[in-house]
Amino acid sequence: MRPVRFNVHPKQADIKDNIALVEMPDGTTGEGYFATSFESVVGLARKNSMWPLPFATSCCGIEFMATMASHYDLARFGSERVGFSPRQCDLLMVMGTIAKKMAPVLRQVYLQMAEPRWVIAVGACASSGGIFDTYSVLQGIDQVIPVDVYVPGCPPRPEAIIDGVLRIQDLIHAEGLRRRNSDHYKALLGTYGIQ
Amino acid sequence: MSTTETYSHIQEIITKQFADKVFNFQETYGMLSFEAPKELNLEVLGFLTNHPELGFAFMTDLCAVHFPDKKGAELQVVYHMHNLEKNVRIRFKVSTAIEDPTVASAAILYPTANWMERETYDFFGVIFTGHPNLKRILNVDEMTYFPLRKEFPLEDQTRIDKDDEMFGRGGNLLTQSLQN
Repeated sequence: MRPVRFNVHPKQADIKDNIALVEMPDGTTGEGYFATSFESVVGLARKNSMWPLPFATSCCGIEFMATMASHYDLARFGSERVGFSPRQCDLLMVMGTIAKKMAPVLRQVYLQMAEPRWVIAVGACASSGGIFDTYSVLQGIDQVIPVDVYVPGCPPRPEAIIDGVLRIQDLIHAEGLRRRNSDHYKALLGTYGIQ
Repeated sequence: MSTTETYSHIQEIITKQFADKVFNFQETYGMLSFEAPKELNLEVLGFLTNHPELGFAFMTDLCAVHFPDKKGAELQVVYHMHNLEKNVRIRFKVSTAIEDPTVASAAILYPTANWMERETYDFFGVIFTGHPNLKRILNVDEMTYFPLRKEFPLEDQTRIDKDDEMFGRGGNLLTQSLQN
């Protein structure tokens, strides 16, 4: 092999003790069994098999494509399957400028998702309208749908988007099983006019 | 024939037909433009289209301009016409008062004017009489104003979370709310 600057120090694959596994939840373990709370198992499963739904309208969407592709590889975090149907997805990723005329469309997509659903606003435009402080642009998607995580940047780098997804994972992991049925949650959706 | 000669020839043909009703012939940025009273717009457009020598049968653009200081002629509708055979372009303008922003629709003459008039209505509030479907095309239907008129600032005026001081235009959201 001709040495170039990429392979002057060739690395040997090291998979021994180097495979990422999720941490085991707290519980009681004995010979042949392990007992823990249902909630923590469900949280663990949900967190590590999220289906994102990209709602990409501009340059943040391009950053997301890099995030999704092999170099940054969102699949490493369990989001292997990027779905393009709101019915089957858990995480709505809004990336890019949302014009006021598109707000009802975005809201419709959100309503079509089944509970539990999470929303991440990627980039300045989705979070606050960004530089488009003008009559035609929605000043942040949280005016029409509730948002769980905001990723700053114009556009954010793939690392930032991955960090946002990890923050969503933390939320999912910590979420109680009955949260979506709570009065507090219903009141939150009520402020958006969602039943 | 050079461009200047072509334009003077075109001007000759038009003034011969409309006499002193057409005015303000100008050659700005290498393109001839002229004006007419708004009542004559369809007549002039029809003449430009059907005259055998002119043949401006293709409408490339239709838009409006707002001149808030021109009293009685605040809104100007601009038609861009193109002769495809000879590749000559021309601008034709009509003005109207903002209190009565009605201009006859050119959608009967050119189907392309349909959407462009809707866009012009959407942004400037020019009412094209005789248009088959004059409603907003780009902005949300709920919008209550015409955003490209000069009296409306660019920024979204419904926003309350912005501190003007941060944008170099004085005022502080906190002190304002304390005063109120």
